[in-house]
Amino acid sequence: MAQKTLVSFTLNGKEVDVAVEARELLIHTLRERLLHTGPHIGCETSHCGACTVDVDGMSVKSCTMLTVQCQGASMLTIEGLERNGVLHALQQAFHEEHGLQCGYCTPGMITRAWRLLQENPNPTEEEIRYWLAGNLCRCTGYQNIVKAVQAAAQKLAAQPA
Amino acid sequence: MIPSPFEYHAPTSLPDAIALLGRYGDEAKLLAGGHSLLPMMKLRFAQPAHLIDLGRIPDLRGIAEVDGAIHIGAMTTENDLVWSALLAGKVPLLVEGARAIADPQVRYRGTVGGDISHGDPGNDHPALMLALDASFVLRGPGGERTVKAADFFFGLYATALEPGEVLTRIQVPIPPAGTGWAYEKLKRKIGDFATAAAAVLLRMNGGKVASASIALTNVGATPLKATAAEDFLVGQTLDEASLAEAARLAMETCDPVADQRGDADYKRAMAGEMTRRALLRAQSRAAA
Repeated sequence: MAQKTLVSFTLNGKEVDVAVEARELLIHTLRERLLHTGPHIGCETSHCGACTVDVDGMSVKSCTMLTVQCQGASMLTIEGLERNGVLHALQQAFHEEHGLQCGYCTPGMITRAWRLLQENPNPTEEEIRYWLAGNLCRCTGYQNIVKAVQAAAQKLAAQPA
Repeated sequence: MIPSPFEYHAPTSLPDAIALLGRYGDEAKLLAGGHSLLPMMKLRFAQPAHLIDLGRIPDLRGIAEVDGAIHIGAMTTENDLVWSALLAGKVPLLVEGARAIADPQVRYRGTVGGDISHGDPGNDHPALMLALDASFVLRGPGGERTVKAADFFFGLYATALEPGEVLTRIQVPIPPAGTGWAYEKLKRKIGDFATAAAAVLLRMNGGKVASASIALTNVGATPLKATAAEDFLVGQTLDEASLAEAARLAMETCDPVADQRGDADYKRAMAGEMTRRALLRAQSRAAA
């Protein structure tokens, strides 16, 4: 049996430990060991962004990161966005603005948009398109995705901090 | 797609990383951002027995002004470059170049040092660094040496890095105030390599070109300096005829390989067009 390494990190606010082979990709650890199946496997070649998760303040494609690289990391997946059964403003906005069709790209799209709004709470349409360019939607629903991010940004700006 | 088994090392200092590299030699690969190496490992184009992750060495990351030059740690990410106020003020060509690389997620992880030392002519920093006349600091078990960008790239995946050496820092001379700049990159879609791209630095004096630096991406086995075009431009006004001649001379420098992005003639033509556009945009940003 291949040698395993114990890796500890914080996932959506909870401490987790996993024993993994060095070659295990983060997306597989999340989906198969930690049963967080929100991040999806799309292309497996770091193009499509369906596997996007947030690691230490960065949106990363979890198909192109080794789990052993995540020792001590703080991680957020789509599962960590709702609070006590209430959807995050981005999730609600994707629902209201019809920001999805088949839904496959949606967890990656929202997780990426979440980091964008942390960095730039009031992005222009051009900025949203540029900074979301690492996430592909094969239903070609980009128009409503952009609208949803704009709507969420407005809603979050109106909320007391 | 999962890579072949390997042993993972995460040294926390540069001497430790160099010692590991010395111990494992050809069996080892350095891991920077991983967005070239990990895909190659998944496809079994690379099967290192040892992977040495440089991501835990804080000294390798950061951007600073030192004695009239900008020093960039090799593990500095593309988004670090995009967001750097220092670079925006002193070397805006690098900001424009980094913005054209891959996509946001890749730019959070991908590093300037990885982009350079991979030796892929499709990468963007090689031509940007050639245009800027940058130098690379290489450190190995015997100490440190500095190699100019012009002397670093030998061919596809072949560079001046010797076995056991690590690229630690990039040193970029700050272009004089008033220098215009542009990086024009033709790509089929976000995340693709350039079909052709041109990096330009341009100084004007009295409406005429005082000096031009032109480097081309992905139209040869290495990044290419379009020296004939640079020499021709000195003393010229930038009009239709001189731009066409500069583009023609740049095209003569190219030796592209046909692939899914186009045949050799098309790529050569696009290198000329990117040169023309980059010169015009650099002029619009240059002091007259």
